[in-house]
Amino acid sequence: MSLHLGPIFKTLRRHKIAAGLIVLEVGLSCAIICNAVFLIGHRLAAMQLPSGFAEQESVVLQLAPIRKEANVDAATQRDLALLRGLPGVQQASVLNQVPFGDSSNNGGISRSADAARPDANASWYLAGEGWLASSGLRLLAGRDFHPEEYQSLALLRGQPDASIPGVLISRTLAEHFFPGESALGKEVYPGGNKPVKVLGVIETLGRVRPGDVQSQGDYAVVLPVRVGYDAGVYLLRAQAGQREAVIKAARAALLQADRRRVFEPALGIDELRQRHFQQDRYMAWTLALVCLVLLVVTALGIIGLANFWVRQRSRMIGTRRALGATRGQILRYFQLENLLLSALGIALGMVAAYAINLALMLNYQLPRLPLAYLPVGALALLALGQLAVLGPARRAAALPPVQVLRG
Amino acid sequence: MFAYYLDLALRSCRANPVLTGLMVLALGLGIGASMTTLTVYHVLSADPLPGRSDRLHLVQLDAGQLQGWRAGEEPDEQLTRLDAQNLLAEARAPRQALMSGGTAIVQDQAEQAEARSVSARYASADFFAMMGAPLRFGSGWSAADDAAHARVVVISHELNERLFGGADSSGRSLRVQDTEMRIIGVLAPWRLTPHFYDLNMGSYARVEELFVPFATAMEIGLNRAGSMNCWGNERVNDPLAAGANCAWMQYWVELPDAQARQDYRAYLVAYAERQRQAGRFERPPNERLRSVRAWLVHKQVVPGDVRLQLWLALGFLLVCLTNTVGLLLAKCLRGTPQIGVRRALGASRKAIFAQHLVEALVIGGAGGLLGLLLAWIGLLGVRMNPASYAELARLDGPMLAACIAVSLLASVAAGLLPAWRAAQVAPALQLKSQ
Repeated sequence: MSLHLGPIFKTLRRHKIAAGLIVLEVGLSCAIICNAVFLIGHRLAAMQLPSGFAEQESVVLQLAPIRKEANVDAATQRDLALLRGLPGVQQASVLNQVPFGDSSNNGGISRSADAARPDANASWYLAGEGWLASSGLRLLAGRDFHPEEYQSLALLRGQPDASIPGVLISRTLAEHFFPGESALGKEVYPGGNKPVKVLGVIETLGRVRPGDVQSQGDYAVVLPVRVGYDAGVYLLRAQAGQREAVIKAARAALLQADRRRVFEPALGIDELRQRHFQQDRYMAWTLALVCLVLLVVTALGIIGLANFWVRQRSRMIGTRRALGATRGQILRYFQLENLLLSALGIALGMVAAYAINLALMLNYQLPRLPLAYLPVGALALLALGQLAVLGPARRAAALPPVQVLRG
Repeated sequence: MFAYYLDLALRSCRANPVLTGLMVLALGLGIGASMTTLTVYHVLSADPLPGRSDRLHLVQLDAGQLQGWRAGEEPDEQLTRLDAQNLLAEARAPRQALMSGGTAIVQDQAEQAEARSVSARYASADFFAMMGAPLRFGSGWSAADDAAHARVVVISHELNERLFGGADSSGRSLRVQDTEMRIIGVLAPWRLTPHFYDLNMGSYARVEELFVPFATAMEIGLNRAGSMNCWGNERVNDPLAAGANCAWMQYWVELPDAQARQDYRAYLVAYAERQRQAGRFERPPNERLRSVRAWLVHKQVVPGDVRLQLWLALGFLLVCLTNTVGLLLAKCLRGTPQIGVRRALGASRKAIFAQHLVEALVIGGAGGLLGLLLAWIGLLGVRMNPASYAELARLDGPMLAACIAVSLLASVAAGLLPAWRAAQVAPALQLKSQ
């Protein structure tokens, strides 16, 4: 098949404005769609960030005393004993926060005492006995806290000189502080200038609020500090399929122990995750919808203009057909013409896509648009153009030569 | 003449229903999407206190430690309790208020209603006057109540509905955690957009349900909520203590004019200098005094997603406009023979131009109407969005006017080029080719 580009160029030159508009439209669509698809990917990736917790089996119970508890530590221990005794509960513990929860405690942590500024910002998990089993987190190295290492936050508050026997840190934080070596036994400075030993490294432990474009890596630290239930949440790990029953039983047991409390609805961490990323999901859908409508509008524009051209050039088509051109050649003429215009538009669109991406990088701290998006976007738009022009082109090819010449 | 052009335009539209439909649809989609996002943007970047916002200013002081200090750095957004109390005691502005967010569990006195946790604001007396809080019953508290740590509260319209069925509850009692408090005021329905005086609670958070004098709230140990920043090498055991190196309070002053602002700024520098001499502040004075508007701009209060959607929609409108220009052009050119005849019969270029512009306006008007409908549907969609600001997204008078203006402007923009091309058609040549 020979490509007769000459006549196409000649015709297009006579319709510079219309051709230019198609090029412009395809280019703009290409630029917007490439960036929108990239943004969707970015959101979806953030939504998948692992927390390290056994999210499907978790139950997060948040409650507040109506009157001030005289001894919140004792009440917390009583509640935990009750919860651990419930059927279907594997383990229960009290934590100051859970991933995607309502409260978020983050702080600086340094490698050395004389750091002018904290070397990293990490999520601080204050965890009481049983936290490892109830969270489902996995140790990569080192050990869990020993029972005697836990201290109550209320008691710690009364002693300015008290120290913490050690911390566990997330793998990413360990790699950040001690690249290429083991973090075990090394000292870190979680706030203030007192060193604390790293007792263990957790395989994956996410931030409380991940997915912020500004947030650093998954840096997290766990301290053996027991908070009262009024300042934290109960985290339960239910046996598979038992979650609903566990929530009901836990609520009843806690109310029976002390009626004067206000409950927040109990949720699993997976549900908290859903809630945390609602806005991102909504945005991803919006972007997808805009892409779809943009494609439809672009296709309709191409169809409209191609239809017009076919009608306008019916005399030329008839002449060519009468001179022996086959239907296939007429069809290919229009498809080739569209291919040319689309390619031009896409080339323009790529440049615009990069410009838009640059603006996004500056304003939204987004990463650079991966090159892989461009050929995919290009192919999609080329295919769209070919599909859109197919109808008008077939109509052109079907024109009977004699009738056209006569008309 | 216009009626004739209108007739011609309608006739031309009827002659090409598919092409016309495509143009109207594309324009409608573009206008609908951009008006939806523009409305959301307009609502979210609203002035929370029209006519008064330029008088309220947020005070920032730099009480941080010298270690790790970088010159010119933005000071903390909030004040320490001690600084806030000092400034309040010295009262150098016509009005000033210190405040913090919190949560408290409330119940009616008879403990009939279910105890529930509500959002609270702990503030000093000027708060209500400064923020223009509308009171339905009773009043706010006085500076004397602040000083006496009075057990008084002001409650929101919603809380009054829930606990007292909307009756005038001023003078009645309320149980706040462990303490019996007297209700002295009930607010009328009130929503500040944005929730500018404490953005930590969420930029578009609802106004709090319970208002308590700050000193009282601290004395009876109500829970604090919001952001807090502590510094120093000493472990802070009680961050809420007055002397703690923790910033967690918002401090607003009302300054009527530029002179007052200048004076207050000088006063803040002098205050910081005094604190430094006393050994409390380590850094050189680094104060900020931002008006409500400047504060909202500084905090980029309009969510990034909303700005992104606005740009996306404007890009989309551009594509739709390009599309419409292309199709209008095609339609015009198809009508070339008729234009030639009209020109040969004596129509001026101006007349041809006007005729085609009217046609573009007709299509633009239809597109605008469709756009309006789509924007209305779009805003319904936005209100189903999980974000806190969703319910605010409504079309108001100015936006409706803007919508009509945008669609007319868009259609004129789309119609100019094709109309100009049509006016270029030479009469003789066309007649010859017939």
